Amino acid sequence: MHNFEFVKPSSVADAVAALKDEDALALSGGQTLMPTMKQRLAAPSKLVSLTGIAEMQGVRQSGGVLEIGAATPHAVVAREAAAVYPALAALAGGIGDPAVRNVGTIGGSLANNDPAACYPSAALASGATIVTNAREIAADDFFQGLFSTALEEGEIITAVRFPIPQKAAYAKFEQPASRFALTGAFVAKYAGGVRVAITGASEDGVFRWSEGEAALSSNFSPAALSGLSVSADGMMGDLHGTPAYRANLVKVMTQRAVAAAS
Amino acid sequence: MPKDSGIGASTKRREDVRFLSGKGVYTDDLNLRGQTYAVMVRSSVAHGKIVSIDTTAAEGMPGVVAVFTGEDFKDVGGNPAGWLINSRNGEPMREPKRPVLAHGKVRHVGDAYAAVIAETYQQAKDAAEQLAADTEIEELPAIVDMAAALADSSNRVHDEIPDNQCFDWGWIEDNRAAVDAAIKNAPHVTTLELVNNRLVPNAMEPRASIGEYFPGTGDYKLTTTSQNPHLTRLLIAAFVMGIPENKLTVVAPDVGGGFGSKIYHYGEEAVVLAAAKKLGRPVRWTAERSESFLSDAHGRDHVTKIELASDLEGNFIAFRTETLANVGAYLSNFSTATPTFLHGTLMAGPYKVPNVYVNVKTVFTNTAPVDAYRGAGRPEATYSLERVIDKMCRELNLDPFEVRRKNFITTDMFPYTTPVGLPYDTGDYHATLDKAMEIGDVAGFASRRAASAAKGKLRGMGLSTWIEACGIAPSHLVGVLGSRVGLYDAATVRVNATGNISVMVGAHSHGQGHETVFPQIVAEKLGVPESSVEIVHGDTSKIPFGMGSYGSRSLAVCGVAVTKAIDKIVAKGKKIAAHMLEASEEDISFADGKFSVAGTDKAKSFGEIAFSAYVPHNYPLETLEPGLEETAFYDPGNFTYPAGAYICEVEVDPETGKVEVCSFTCADDFGNVMNPMIVDGQVHGGVGQGIGQALLENTSYDENGQLLTGSYMDYAMPRASDVPFYKVDYSCQTPCTHNPLGVKGCGEAGAIGSPPAVVNAVIDALHSGGHTHVKHIDMPVSPSRVWSAING
Repeated sequence: MHNFEFVKPSSVADAVAALKDEDALALSGGQTLMPTMKQRLAAPSKLVSLTGIAEMQGVRQSGGVLEIGAATPHAVVAREAAAVYPALAALAGGIGDPAVRNVGTIGGSLANNDPAACYPSAALASGATIVTNAREIAADDFFQGLFSTALEEGEIITAVRFPIPQKAAYAKFEQPASRFALTGAFVAKYAGGVRVAITGASEDGVFRWSEGEAALSSNFSPAALSGLSVSADGMMGDLHGTPAYRANLVKVMTQRAVAAAS
Repeated sequence: MPKDSGIGASTKRREDVRFLSGKGVYTDDLNLRGQTYAVMVRSSVAHGKIVSIDTTAAEGMPGVVAVFTGEDFKDVGGNPAGWLINSRNGEPMREPKRPVLAHGKVRHVGDAYAAVIAETYQQAKDAAEQLAADTEIEELPAIVDMAAALADSSNRVHDEIPDNQCFDWGWIEDNRAAVDAAIKNAPHVTTLELVNNRLVPNAMEPRASIGEYFPGTGDYKLTTTSQNPHLTRLLIAAFVMGIPENKLTVVAPDVGGGFGSKIYHYGEEAVVLAAAKKLGRPVRWTAERSESFLSDAHGRDHVTKIELASDLEGNFIAFRTETLANVGAYLSNFSTATPTFLHGTLMAGPYKVPNVYVNVKTVFTNTAPVDAYRGAGRPEATYSLERVIDKMCRELNLDPFEVRRKNFITTDMFPYTTPVGLPYDTGDYHATLDKAMEIGDVAGFASRRAASAAKGKLRGMGLSTWIEACGIAPSHLVGVLGSRVGLYDAATVRVNATGNISVMVGAHSHGQGHETVFPQIVAEKLGVPESSVEIVHGDTSKIPFGMGSYGSRSLAVCGVAVTKAIDKIVAKGKKIAAHMLEASEEDISFADGKFSVAGTDKAKSFGEIAFSAYVPHNYPLETLEPGLEETAFYDPGNFTYPAGAYICEVEVDPETGKVEVCSFTCADDFGNVMNPMIVDGQVHGGVGQGIGQALLENTSYDENGQLLTGSYMDYAMPRASDVPFYKVDYSCQTPCTHNPLGVKGCGEAGAIGSPPAVVNAVIDALHSGGHTHVKHIDMPVSPSRVWSAING
């Protein structure tokens, strides 16, 4: 790891100001950034910690919306969202291991948009709103491919607002080594229809499985998906799974999520 | 009634108190006055010509005190292979020099070609990055695939070896014609091509070394992560650096696992010693985890075609194998023995098969060196045999239990010499199979399969009946086979003046539990409390010349040396007692810690005798030396032959291909058992590693020789959730006939016997689900591979 400057502001405004320096990077839980720096694959001149900002912490319910401060660790979400949005809490409680969950944050996960991360599927399937220091971004517009989002340089996610669904579940098939999602399916049923978001599978990162959504919106049961097949085109292929295998998992894990939510 | 101390007791491991409470002292824990830090500069390409290395900038960086390149070591000796193997045509193996630091060429990703020494680790790291930037390496095409390496003489790992072949070995060459004829004439031949997947050892503690030089005396000291400090000293002294052994001390303190990878001498050890001398300061190096992936000697990596000839009732007629074994870029110390005499000699299994022939071609590639890893050759043999037998049973619609039973060597046949040359001394393979079937509840399998089916899962059961040769090894035999060292071990038992006992052993404990088990033996034999016995190991300045720990040898070789030394102590004690008790030596007996005169109540305690030996006021000084300390070297008369039967049950999820190991049953014959709890632990660990190999661990190089699985993000290690609660039994005991403890060794058994049981169970599960087109799936049997096989 190379030397760097470290600041820990207590307000969003101060954090935004601190990030204006060239080569400054925001640090939330650091579960991706710190290993990258240790391997000398990233060498920011300055790290701006976001974990000292009170307004970016915590889980709050307001009407039909669950708002989570962007710097809230997974373990807190797992605990405090359990009564209101159990599927989201279960997802948070299944990320990594206890050490990761006590440090890693929802905002960090969404901003990084790792194609195998769990949280992007929940945000996308829930039609969540990503709140930043500058604006509000719909999840459908936020995720833009591998490690790519709508965030501008220096823009900070401050909170994420999840409309609370009638029913939801997340089913993850773990990559054997990293235990990230080899393919994960988040299914959320709302009055207006069912949303299905898939992580881990596509070369373009998290995506909505529209055929699955249509089938489930008319019949929310695993059987509704039986006749569908998912194309392997555009699916990732690596040591842990071929594109065809991942395409199969899209359907299987969605069915399992529906079964768990039903 | 279980004993609570001595031989056979489950004494708790005394070393665990310090390991589990953070009080262990590992190499990297040591901090020395004036120490400096070494960082290796490693190749990022698999194969390349070193055009130039400009050290100027790196040498001028803050804190840098020295830079070494391959040029600095080009005239020192090479790190040798420990075994000389001859090819079928009689030619000796090709043995390229393994340099301390790569010189002229780099031959695998991670091959160290320079070292930077600095005041701090970060400074050394910075300068190493600079040096890498100032090095020009002309990349050459990488040689990764073994068959391609043999076929293409235009591209060479070592310029002087045209076909990249180390040797082409036949075992036993004189059997070849008969085996070929037997297969040709057999009623049935089952053929299977399989891969024994390459494994990264992944010891919890990475390799680390500290070099020191004492200018006042000219002595060197190397503290290092070694399974065999004397062997490391011998290699450095006699072959690599030419430092006289009496001027070099090698210390292996607490070592956090080895699994074979810390048997070998590595170049970093020579670098820190040379640097320490040059600087007059301690030089330390600790591998980062990514360096361990790239530069520790890997394990396995065989590609094998095996044929099994039989009659239609499943009686074995012949086995014939052709194997390509990867040795990687350089010959590591045991790399030539592992695919040959630790592999080919086991290819008869526990079976009375009359014809066996083994061919092994070892191949140089631009990958990390490959060497012995827990089991070392014997897992490869067992996997090939037990998989092809399973396939034969399916082809002929025979019961795999009955087929084993009818082919086992029977108890009345021992001693039994196999067609591949090993003289098995004793065993009862039917007994362990019966025991495994009983405790694994084979009778109840059908109902468990039905219960799994009701959940949508395919349940399968797999069997493996394994044998190994361990207690390595009889020197006279291995010498004939090509070993360049003897493989005895040694122990010194020092009874201190007040009666407590220090035992200096050549075996090295890096997790095994020697500090607990050896005192159990001493306590039992001398009638003293275990707590009064202390084991000293790992320091060449303190221990006799023993060969260390690997090959399930610590107890069967060094443990026997301990008992032999104790026998000498008792013999001397009788002489002392005879004098003190005014009796003749022949009338003195020793039992329960007392020397007694037969037929009388006259006796002296062990402590009284010890005290008398050191305060010899009433002592036969004219005929007997004072003191009570004895050394014994023990060279085993034969290998030991543990064997057993393993039964694995799995559930396969046909929708995802995921395999869950539901149960794993082990019935082993380890001969006599010294500490059942430690045997349990060894079997658990070995089976865990075997399940890891079977289901998870994949070492993958791409066509450019880049390691794709170079971190835990892609290299899947088994975790607690991947393994079941094991059923372990070792009540079937046929004691070893040629060592006085009757022990056989248990350290590698689990890793040897388990992989085929797992894979056989998966194939069985798939067949039960109607996927009978699946004849084989290579390890690791990952979800993707299983699903692809089902849907292929």
